[in-house]
Amino acid sequence: MEEVKLFGAWPSPYGYRVIWALELKGVKYEYIEEDLSNKSDLLLQYNPIHKKIPVLVHNGKPISESHVILEYIEETWPGNPLLPSLEDPHGRASARFWTKFIDDKALPFAMLLMTDGEELEKAAKEVREILKILEEQGLGEKDFFGGNEIGLADLAMGLIASSFGVIEELAGVKVLNGDEFPGLCNWVKKFKENPAIKKNLPDPDQMFVYYKQKREMLINSRAALSYK
Amino acid sequence: MEEVKVIGFWASPYVYRVTWALNLKGVEYEYQEEDVFNKSDLLLQYNPVHKKVPVFVHGGKRIAESTVILEYIEETWPQNPLLPTDPHARAMARFWTKFGDDKKPDFFGFFKSAGEEQIKAAKEAQECLKILEEHGLEDKKFFDGDKIGMTDLSLGWLAFWLEAMEGAAGVQVLDVNSFPRLHAWIRNLKEVPVIKENHPDQTRLLAYFKWLREMYTKPATT
Repeated sequence: MEEVKLFGAWPSPYGYRVIWALELKGVKYEYIEEDLSNKSDLLLQYNPIHKKIPVLVHNGKPISESHVILEYIEETWPGNPLLPSLEDPHGRASARFWTKFIDDKALPFAMLLMTDGEELEKAAKEVREILKILEEQGLGEKDFFGGNEIGLADLAMGLIASSFGVIEELAGVKVLNGDEFPGLCNWVKKFKENPAIKKNLPDPDQMFVYYKQKREMLINSRAALSYK
Repeated sequence: MEEVKVIGFWASPYVYRVTWALNLKGVEYEYQEEDVFNKSDLLLQYNPVHKKVPVFVHGGKRIAESTVILEYIEETWPQNPLLPTDPHARAMARFWTKFGDDKKPDFFGFFKSAGEEQIKAAKEAQECLKILEEHGLEDKKFFDGDKIGMTDLSLGWLAFWLEAMEGAAGVQVLDVNSFPRLHAWIRNLKEVPVIKENHPDQTRLLAYFKWLREMYTKPATT
C-alpha cells in the first residue's frame, strides 16, 4: 500500500488545506504534528529549502509548498476532483488564479493578528477590499469558488471559514459581515457543512487560546522593535 | 481557429514566459504592447483584479497571472510539453517556479538600494542564487531535465534581465566563479532557438533599468 505522510502544525491553514484535500479524496495518510519552535530532523531533511510545513511525503518522496502539494494530490488521486476537467481549461485557470490571489494577499490577514491601533485599522481596510474582490469577482453567483462543488480555490480560501472569525474577535473588528458580504457568508456556511471539512475543522475555543497568545507575543515584539 | 492574444510589456520577464511558451509549442498569437506606466482602459477591463501584464486571451476568455497562464497553455496545447510526466517531477518544477517568484524581493533588493543596504541586499540575492544553483539546478542541463521546461521559462529573468539590472546598479551578483552551473544553464538557455530569437534588446533593457533605478534610489525631497 502506498505510504502517505503529512507534516503539519496545528492550526496552520496551509496544513489544513492539504488535510482537507486528502480527506475529500478519501486518501489514507499518517499525520505528524510538528513543533515549529523545535523542528524535527525529519522536517529539515524533507524541506531543507524552507524548513516549513506542510510537507507531504508520498512513498518516501517529499513535496512542500501547499499549492504545489494540492496540484500533486489532484494529479495522483484523481477521484473526487478538485479542479474542473481538462475539457474546461479556463475553469482550471480560474481556480489557480484565485488560489494565487489569496496566497499573495496573506500579509493583510496576518496584520489583523499582529497589530493594533492605526495599523490594525489599515489592515482591516485592506482585508475588507480583498473580501470585496472575492465576493464580487471570485465567488459571484456561485456557491463555491469551484462552482457547484468545493474545489482547490475553496480549500485555499479555507482560512476565511476556519480561523478568520477568531482573529476578528481577538482584533476587535468585524469585517466579514452578512450585509456587505452575503455571498462569502453563505460560502462559509456551505464550506463548513461539507462532511469531510466538518470533521476536520480546528476547534474554535482552542484556536482562541492559541491566537490570543500569538497576538500578544507579536504585538509586544513589534512594540519592542519600534523602541530600538 | 480560435484567437490567441497576449497583452504585454516589452521589458517584462513575466510576459516573455508566456510568449516563449507559445513559441515553443508553435502556437500563433497576436501580441499587443501595453504601456504599463499609462495603463489602457483595455488592460483595466481585461485584468480588473491586478491591472497587470501579461494578460492572455483565448477564444474571448481572459486569463491573468503568468504561472496560471503557463499551466493553461500546457493543458490546452500539449505538444512539446513544458512539464515532466512524472507527478513528483511536476511538483518540483512548480516548487522552483514558486521559489523564484516568492523570493523576488530578496533577488531584486540590490537593484533598489545603495551603499550599505545594497551590499547586504546583494548577499541575500546570492544566498537565493546559491539555493537555485545547488538544489534547483544541481547537475542538470535545464531545471526540469534535459530539455527546456516551465521552470526554465519562469527563471528566464536570470538570463537576460539580471545582467541589465546588475549593470544599472553597478554591482555583480551572479558571478561565474560562485555560480558556474547557473552560468552554464544561461548559455544553454540562450542557445534554444525560440529563446535566441525572442528576448529583449540588452541595450534597451540596460537603459530602462538605469532609468528605473534612478526612480528607486532618488532621495526623498523634504
